[in-house]
Amino acid sequence: MEHTTHRSAAIRDGLGVGLAVGLSGVAFGAAAVTAGLTVPQACVLSLLAFTGASQFAFAGTVGAGGDLLAAASGALLLGARNTLYGLRMADVLQVRGARKLATAQGVIDETTAVALAQPNPAAARAGFYTTFAAVYVGWNLTTLLGAVGTSALGDPGMLGLDVVGPATFLAILWPRLKSSAELRLLAAGGMAIALAATPFFPPGVPVLLAAVAVLVVMLR
Amino acid sequence: MTGLWWAIAAVCLGCYALKLSGLAAPRRVLDHPVVSRFAELVPVALLAALIGVQMFTHDGALAFDLARTAGLGAAVVALLLRAPFLVVLAAAAAVTAVARAFLG
Repeated sequence: MEHTTHRSAAIRDGLGVGLAVGLSGVAFGAAAVTAGLTVPQACVLSLLAFTGASQFAFAGTVGAGGDLLAAASGALLLGARNTLYGLRMADVLQVRGARKLATAQGVIDETTAVALAQPNPAAARAGFYTTFAAVYVGWNLTTLLGAVGTSALGDPGMLGLDVVGPATFLAILWPRLKSSAELRLLAAGGMAIALAATPFFPPGVPVLLAAVAVLVVMLR
Repeated sequence: MTGLWWAIAAVCLGCYALKLSGLAAPRRVLDHPVVSRFAELVPVALLAALIGVQMFTHDGALAFDLARTAGLGAAVVALLLRAPFLVVLAAAAAVTAVARAFLG
């Protein structure tokens, strides 16, 4: 009974995150077209790259007139954190064979965060796959919507959509920040490193450098 | 134009390969206690870093956006009040939009 409750809570979390990320998909579609990508190009990125921060970074660099190699490298550097998430999720999901190939596409910030916030493995798996499905559908539909409707929508900043990404990450971090002083310290350290590094490194690198904070916490 | 498509293809393939390589890494890599603790702590540091970068930087420089900060403040208040996830996000977006409308 308790397990069922945990699983439905995980499914609710997943659907909530999917809806929320849908909002930022509009922002991505709009940002991509504003940066000079075509509607199909924005949609292909959401369908196949399917990792929001990398996509935003790519569109941002292209839009700022950065060269394509820099834009792609920045996106891949940001995408590298999914490798670390994958290491963590392999333990939780225990998938094999062809299923692993499909599951891999879902290893992103939101699915990992929802899965790791669950109290047991069954709820973690339910949370992962619900979040994956909800985010995949929501993100792709709203990318299309945002890309097609950019001129009609105007500036996504007017709707406050630029805060949705950070607020999403904060909400999924919150339970862990509440439970442990060490994790609060780690989060503060990671953020400080990324901000301090921002003026000196290309987009994507500062976020990866935040992993140094993990080493500091582990060596304490 | 073709160049852009090639860059997009590289990003798509690369991002998928990065995800798969973590998930498909040999079991013994994760069995190492140092690796498993690292993998457990990394999402916290990276998500916090993403919050920082998306909130307080713009085009590679530190930048402070009062409306967006007010929105994130609203999210914190909503979280402290144990509001549901969607309420947290709606509060953040609404406060940001309203603050921006008033601050210009």
